[in-house]
Amino acid sequence: MRHEAMRRGVDRRTLLKVSLLAGGGLMLEATMPFEADAAVSGSAGAGSARLSAFVSIAPDNRVTIVAKNLEIGQGIKTMLPMLIAEELDADWSQVVITQADANEALYGPQFAGGSLSTPMNWMPMRQAGAAARAMLIQAAAKKWGVDPGRLRTERGRIFEIGGKRSIRYGEVASDAAALTPPDPKTLTLKTPDKFTIIGKPMVGVDSHRIVRGEPIYGLDTRLPGMLYAAYEAAPAFGGRLKTADIEAAKAVPGVRHVIPITGNGDYDGGLADGVAVIASNWWIANKARAKLKLDWDLTATKGHSSDAYQAKGEALLTAGKGDDIRRDGDPVGKIAGAAKKVAATYSYPFIAHAPMEPQNCTALFRDGAMEIWAPSQTPEDGKKAVAKVLGLPADKIIVHITRMGGGFGRRLMNDYMIQAAAIARQLPGTPIQLIWSREDDIRRDYYRPGGWHAFEAGLSADGRLIAFQDHFVTFGDGKNVARAGDLGAHHVPAGLIDDLALTRSMMPTVINTGWLRAPTSNALAFAFQCFLDEVAQAGGTDLPALMLSLLGARRVVTTPGERPMKFDTGRARDVIEKVVATSGWQTRSKQPGRGMGFAFYFSHSGYFAEVVDASVSEAGKVQVHKVWVAGDVGSQIINPMGAENQVRGAVIDGIAQAIAGQAITFVDGAAQQSNFHNFPLARMPVTPEIEIAWVRSDNPPTGLGEPALPPAIPALVNAIHAATGKRVRSLPVKLTET
Amino acid sequence: MGYKLNINGAVREVDTPEDMPLLWVLRQELGLVGTKFGCGAGLCGACTVHVDGQARRSCQIPVGTIGAQKITTIEHIGETAVGAKLQDAWLQIDVMQCGYCQAGQIMSATALLTATPKPTATQVQAAMAGNICRCACYNRISEAIRIAAGTSEEKPHAA
Repeated sequence: MRHEAMRRGVDRRTLLKVSLLAGGGLMLEATMPFEADAAVSGSAGAGSARLSAFVSIAPDNRVTIVAKNLEIGQGIKTMLPMLIAEELDADWSQVVITQADANEALYGPQFAGGSLSTPMNWMPMRQAGAAARAMLIQAAAKKWGVDPGRLRTERGRIFEIGGKRSIRYGEVASDAAALTPPDPKTLTLKTPDKFTIIGKPMVGVDSHRIVRGEPIYGLDTRLPGMLYAAYEAAPAFGGRLKTADIEAAKAVPGVRHVIPITGNGDYDGGLADGVAVIASNWWIANKARAKLKLDWDLTATKGHSSDAYQAKGEALLTAGKGDDIRRDGDPVGKIAGAAKKVAATYSYPFIAHAPMEPQNCTALFRDGAMEIWAPSQTPEDGKKAVAKVLGLPADKIIVHITRMGGGFGRRLMNDYMIQAAAIARQLPGTPIQLIWSREDDIRRDYYRPGGWHAFEAGLSADGRLIAFQDHFVTFGDGKNVARAGDLGAHHVPAGLIDDLALTRSMMPTVINTGWLRAPTSNALAFAFQCFLDEVAQAGGTDLPALMLSLLGARRVVTTPGERPMKFDTGRARDVIEKVVATSGWQTRSKQPGRGMGFAFYFSHSGYFAEVVDASVSEAGKVQVHKVWVAGDVGSQIINPMGAENQVRGAVIDGIAQAIAGQAITFVDGAAQQSNFHNFPLARMPVTPEIEIAWVRSDNPPTGLGEPALPPAIPALVNAIHAATGKRVRSLPVKLTET
Repeated sequence: MGYKLNINGAVREVDTPEDMPLLWVLRQELGLVGTKFGCGAGLCGACTVHVDGQARRSCQIPVGTIGAQKITTIEHIGETAVGAKLQDAWLQIDVMQCGYCQAGQIMSATALLTATPKPTATQVQAAMAGNICRCACYNRISEAIRIAAGTSEEKPHAA
């Protein structure tokens, strides 16, 4: 196996550069290939990509590690340095983490998405640490005139094996900087039993600043002479600004500028028309928006309403069978001839991301250059978009990465960065901080799109699932599916039964859609795993048993196609069997109004099975008591402190998507929700006890930002069925009506 | 309008419209950005401060209504015994993910433990229900409050 080969040592394609730090000490730049291959998602051609790590060791023994990735709360700013520090054998208490600017030419990929940072960096970051350690050993060996093989390291110190001598890293760091870097193939990495940092619960590197309220988020950026901007965009997606009367807004005390901005006609990936109101205090600017008299052309938005989408979606479900995403065998014939048939329709709404820190960005245009302070999950993409929309050379744009108050995929899109830059461009020399109100954030999101599924299943006389069909109605222009509105050809149960069809129909939308934590999976898990729960019961069994029978023997199932997806049925079996055991599934009690539901899902390389214990009151109120989670994200949980938090957060996020009442609806392209009163998030009283069991498998570690979320939703909805006998086939769950 | 505000034990002078919410006075007039903007509507608790010891949403307090009341923000809460104990507990189990809401959470928790040093799980839930954590670190928020209060674990939902 590939990772077995990798374990032997440092990749020989690694390039090492060393230099002397100003003030003394060693600076190491390690540039390494990374493989985001089959272990990750089957992304093609990634094997040739490279990324870099920067580590320096000062004479005072302080180790500085550059955090090249971005922190949205997923813990990467702590976790990647842990990998370097482990192989360096650094004293973690002497490690200082500094945040890099956006510079992919220097660092390699810098984005937070797809739970990809862990698999991409697992080997390269460790290799960088091992290289630095080897150089320090070499310097000490030379200083003492002994063989490097006679030296060992521990917590930032080099010891002579069997001798009395020891020396701190800092004392040989300058000497190390003068050495020729080692041949990468002579370096070896630690075996996991030697880990002293990886696998230990580590407190986040910014946590001590956070509890004291220190300024670290994008919104905390403050520059001398800075003004604050609010941006009035069209009331509906696709609206264009015709005329703007800005005089009354301009006359508001404290308002400094009011600037109509003509967009580039691409409100999805570019710049939407709008009017910027700029003041000495954002509250003044935002309030003055009410004084704007704007005339919008809303022709394009007409008819883009949730009621119309619902009617069209239902019509499309029955009008035809859609285009094939995948067709194996003869599902139509097999279902027609099946001993038993199950059919059901599922749907889910558009939902918003709503990270706690509203969208914001600070920009300063000066001497032909744009300097940006951005909470962005894709700062390099943002830089390119700013360059394109404003016609600036990319090398005249600097993007500083700030910590983010949540992302959840919203900040993969950079619309607010482009807006801030467009405003700053109009006011050279003045730093501008653009802030969106919560209402702007909810109404101008890139929503998880809604969708509809018509499922049919055929069962054999003995209750086995023998044929399966899903006709998926989603959004798109007929050729391309809207962002995050897709269904992959690999989707379980594809590849597990012989007769299956996944088909798709589309309808157009003017609404911006986008990736929300566990994109596509957060919706598909609900539809597929709840329908399969129906199939299981129709076949006289339960969902864990049905899944185990579908999975069959332990093997790797590879989806055909240009982006092959590997699915390990053994790993799936293991998490299912684990959660069945931890939750006491087989001996679950059956009492009126309370029940347990199960779901399994595979996404972002992670295998998760979850069981929810929930009750439903006579008034229809759902209370989740406990959730059992079994997850396999590979051989190693790098930082258990962060890992468990990710899982708990993902599970509660899923619960909120199911039962908090989250839905964004539209009337003529305008979102009808605006703040947390009508787009509710989870609050403490909904929080259940959550018990997590890790299933360790012999695979490289993969990410945890997303894969625990999808199964939480169907597990809860299946629990509601167990409690009440009611099948909920549409989100959000509403039990009080009907 | 000119106002003299008693903030974190010092008198601070500002010149703002009387209806400007305290949140924006703190963040943009005084540079105390630890108090966070989340919703602007008193719905999320990110902007929680203490007004004469009571947890209040600073986005809903017009500066003109404050008068001589004492304002305490997250930047200063570590000066109180309860606040410092909660900050330590927050770090002990690393409550946060993104961390953005945590200033408001700590302010609400400090007000709770100051008034009710040994709250029940139900009291914790009631006091903290107004503070949204989008990352949903709720298990650890309640655990940190338990640690700081020295109360034992109980399961509010284990019906």
